[in-house]
Parts: sequence; structure tokens; C-alpha cells
Amino acid sequence: MREEMKTDNRIPVLEAEDLGIDFGGLTAVNNLSLKIYDNEIVGLIGPNGAGKTTVFNLLTKVYEPTRGTIKLCGQDIGKMTTVEVNKAGIARTFQNIRLFMNLSVLDNVITGMHNTVVYGLTDSLFRTKKFRESEKLAEEKAREILRIFELEDKADVPAGSLPYGEQRRLEIARALATEPKLLLLDEPAAGMNPQETEELMKTIRFIKEHFGIAILLIEHDMKLVMGICERITVLNYGAMLASGTPAEIQANPQVIKAYLGE
Amino acid sequence: MALLSYLISGLGLGSVYAIIALGYTMVYGIAKMLNFAHGDVIMIGAYAAFFAMTRFGLPVLLSVLLSMVVCTVLGVVIERLAYKPLRQASNLSVLITAIGVSYLLQNGAQLLWSSSTKVFPSILAGGSLQLFGGKLSVSWLSILTILVCIAVMVCLTLFVNKTLTGKAMRACAEDKGAALLMGINVDRIISITFAIGSGLAAIAAVLFCAAYPSVYPTLGSMPGIKAFTAAVFGGIGSIPGAFLGGLLLGIIETLAKAYISTQLADAIVFAVLIIVLLIKPSGLLGRKISEKV
Repeated sequence: MREEMKTDNRIPVLEAEDLGIDFGGLTAVNNLSLKIYDNEIVGLIGPNGAGKTTVFNLLTKVYEPTRGTIKLCGQDIGKMTTVEVNKAGIARTFQNIRLFMNLSVLDNVITGMHNTVVYGLTDSLFRTKKFRESEKLAEEKAREILRIFELEDKADVPAGSLPYGEQRRLEIARALATEPKLLLLDEPAAGMNPQETEELMKTIRFIKEHFGIAILLIEHDMKLVMGICERITVLNYGAMLASGTPAEIQANPQVIKAYLGE
Repeated sequence: MALLSYLISGLGLGSVYAIIALGYTMVYGIAKMLNFAHGDVIMIGAYAAFFAMTRFGLPVLLSVLLSMVVCTVLGVVIERLAYKPLRQASNLSVLITAIGVSYLLQNGAQLLWSSSTKVFPSILAGGSLQLFGGKLSVSWLSILTILVCIAVMVCLTLFVNKTLTGKAMRACAEDKGAALLMGINVDRIISITFAIGSGLAAIAAVLFCAAYPSVYPTLGSMPGIKAFTAAVFGGIGSIPGAFLGGLLLGIIETLAKAYISTQLADAIVFAVLIIVLLIKPSGLLGRKISEKV
């Protein structure tokens, strides 16, 4: 595997080394190494069943890795639970949208703030000042995020009644409400038409610039991947096939073979 | 006029069922389990209030508060010790554990306080409100019970809809996996749910014993099973459903007792449940849930 061109002394936001997981006798992901820096968009691509979503599940500790280490800003997150990983700074969206459909658009974003708003149960039962202030702050912040994603007019409707493209946007908004250092987007353009995809590319670039965070995205839409990713990692049968700039990936004969067959 | 008076006492009884049903429905909605020990938490709540009033001579309000504290702690401890280790186990294992906890509490109570019935002291001066020149008499207890139930409903609805914790509860009810990934501590939310449900059980215990003033180890079984019926009747998992189901059940039971037969009243109540579930399997206000494949 080719090392990165530029040597970088910065601490990467995400540094995964030799990551792997077995399900019984099946090796779903093996020997995966990833480095993502601040303010960087990295693509994770590969044929169906290559193990891309499994990688997301490993990074968020939905699955326990069988091998390897994961570091977030230099901190080992290997022992953390899913909730702790979120608190440490990894947020994600889902391939098949998993919004809280019965909750309002605003409340969906507010649920993302649980890790950042602090007050105890007693505060909420007795409606202390701290409680009321945190609640107010959470709502203001949530509205601000909705404004960025142009969803503020729909704040009070149930998330389930939004059109598909807006549900995708809301999922990103909810993930950002957890104040992540690393945002994982699982096929954000799935089911979108070309205009919507175009809009989404703008949104992702905007997030990168506005929030200055690292983004790792899984996507099948090559126009989007090649258009916004600075680096791309290709998975095939759970193993890393190639890693490099979009131009390098497009010219890589192994990648072409994996996608098109012999 | 007689009908009106039956309706009001039915509402009173139904209010107790509704408060208990909230415990079943909230726990089901969030932990997706049927907590069959809930009825026995009511029993413990009744004993706690009984001893607070008779043994320690505490005033009624303080006894209710003490009973709420006892039940809340009990509910949280039961969840932590008996149900939490089974989070990944099948629903059937959890259900059987709940039945086990139920018997443990009943037999524990029998061991500690014997099976003999204790007389619950009255919490209200008694008497009734005379309306229409004495043609309609409504017991103060019914009025108090209905008012308490309304207050509980209003507070709970505000809590669930307006507070961050309440919103997190609704999020957990919908998709626990996504809630975890959004940083919601699902275990903590489940604990809070058990705490609230059990605290409400204590209120229900005192109101129930005020109407039927005997305290014994299996006291919780019947109101427990009826409130569970009410929760299913209204649509399990739905808070307004528990409220509506409880009230309707109370009214049906009282009317059946008054106009048909005291002995058949319970049979009629359950027959109504069966019919409702045949027509609308998700209950009156329950959502139709399509299982994810």
C-alpha cells in the first residue's frame, strides 16, 4: 500500500490502524488503515458488500473491532462505548435514513445535543434555572443549525413528513448538533436526483468550511466522490485495495478491475 | 342521575387504572418489555404508605411522598438488577424474569408482613359532594382521584414533549440504535422511565387503597392486570392511549357492575378488550407498526 505523498506532522483527527473484524469465520474488514485530518473530506468507496458500512460501525463502536486500533485526535477510543465515542467527537448519518420520524424537525436536532447539554434529572424535575437555561440554549442552537440547512421553516413539522432530500439534510444537521470532530456520511446522495446531489455537494463543502471538521463519506455517486473528496480509499472484499487522490484512484488498474470485472 | 353518578365513580376507578397503565405503557414504549412486576410495585407502595401513616404517624401527603421514593428506588433497582443484564436477551427471557420478580415481591411481602390483610387508614374525611339538591352525590375521593390523574397526565405530557430528557425518551422509543449514535445514554433513559413509572405506581397505590382499604401481599395483581389491559386497550406504548384506556376500562367495569352483574364485571371488561383487539389489534390509539425486515 502506498504511503501518503505529503508527510504530515499534525495529529490526525482519525487514525485507524490495521482495523479488522470477523463475524464467525467471515472476515468482513481486514487490515484497514485510515488517516483523516482536520478540514479534509475523504471518500470510502468500493463495490457492494465491500464492508464500507461495517467500517462506520467499527468507528462508532456499534461493532467491537477484532483487531487494530482507532484513535480520535490521538486519543484511543478502543475501550469506549457508542455513546462515549459520540461524546469524544464522531457523529454519523445512515444509509437508510434513521431520523426520529415522530419527533419534530427541531426536536430531532435537539436530541443530538444530549452529550453537550448538561443538567441532571433533578434539575429537570424541579425546573431549576440551570435546566431552563440549558433548554433554551439547546433550542436556540438547534434553530441556528436548521437555518444553516435551510430547514427553519419546517422546524415544527414531524421529521417523517419531510420530502426525502430534506430528510437527508436533517440527518446531517442532527449529526452536526452533537458537535463532532469527525462526521461520517453513509451514502448521503443515495436516491437523490442530479440537482439534489449538486446541492448536497455544496452543503458538504460548506460544512467543511464552516465547521472545519473532518468528513469521511461512503458514496456510490462517482461524480460526487471525485468532485469533493481530497483523498479516496477503496475497499474490496473487506480489504484496502487502493488509497490516493481522485486522479490516482481513477487511473488505478486494480480499482478499475474491481469495479468492472475482468 | 344514577347513570351520571356511576359514570363519575367509573372515571375515578379508571383514573387509578390510567395512572398504573402509564407505567406499563412507558416501559413498553422505551424498553420494549412488559414489566409484569409493575402491579407488585403498587403493592409495595401501598405497604410503604400504610406503615408511614400507621407506624410512623406521618401525615397523608408526606406518606405519599415517602411511598413514591420507595417505589422509585425499587423500580430502578429492579431494572438494574433483573432486566438490564438481559438487554441483549430475547423478549421471552425478559418476560419470564418479570414474572419471577413479581412472585419474588409477593412472597417477600408475605414473609415480611404476613399474608393477613391490614386495614388502610382513610386519607380523606369521607363524605360526598351533593349536587342537584342531593339528587347526585359524588364522593370526594372520586373527585380527588380524577384531579390527580389529570394533573399526572398534564405533567407527563409536558415532560415528554417539552424537556430534553422527554425528547430523548421519545427518540429511544423510536430507534434505540440511532439514539445511541446521537449520544443519548439509552441505559439512563430506561432507568428514568422505570423511575417515573414506579413513582406513579405509588400514587396509584394510595388512591386505590383509599377506595378499597385493605393491604395484602397480592393486592397489586388485579389492578396490575387491569391496568395492563387498559394499556393494551388504549394502544400500548402510547401515553394518551393509557389515559383513555384506563378511563374507559374503569367506566365499563363500573357500569357492568351496576347494570349487569357484579360477578361478571371482570369477565365483561376482558371481553371488551378481546373485541377491541379483534377489530383494532394495535389498540385504540396505537400506531400500526410495520416491522423492519
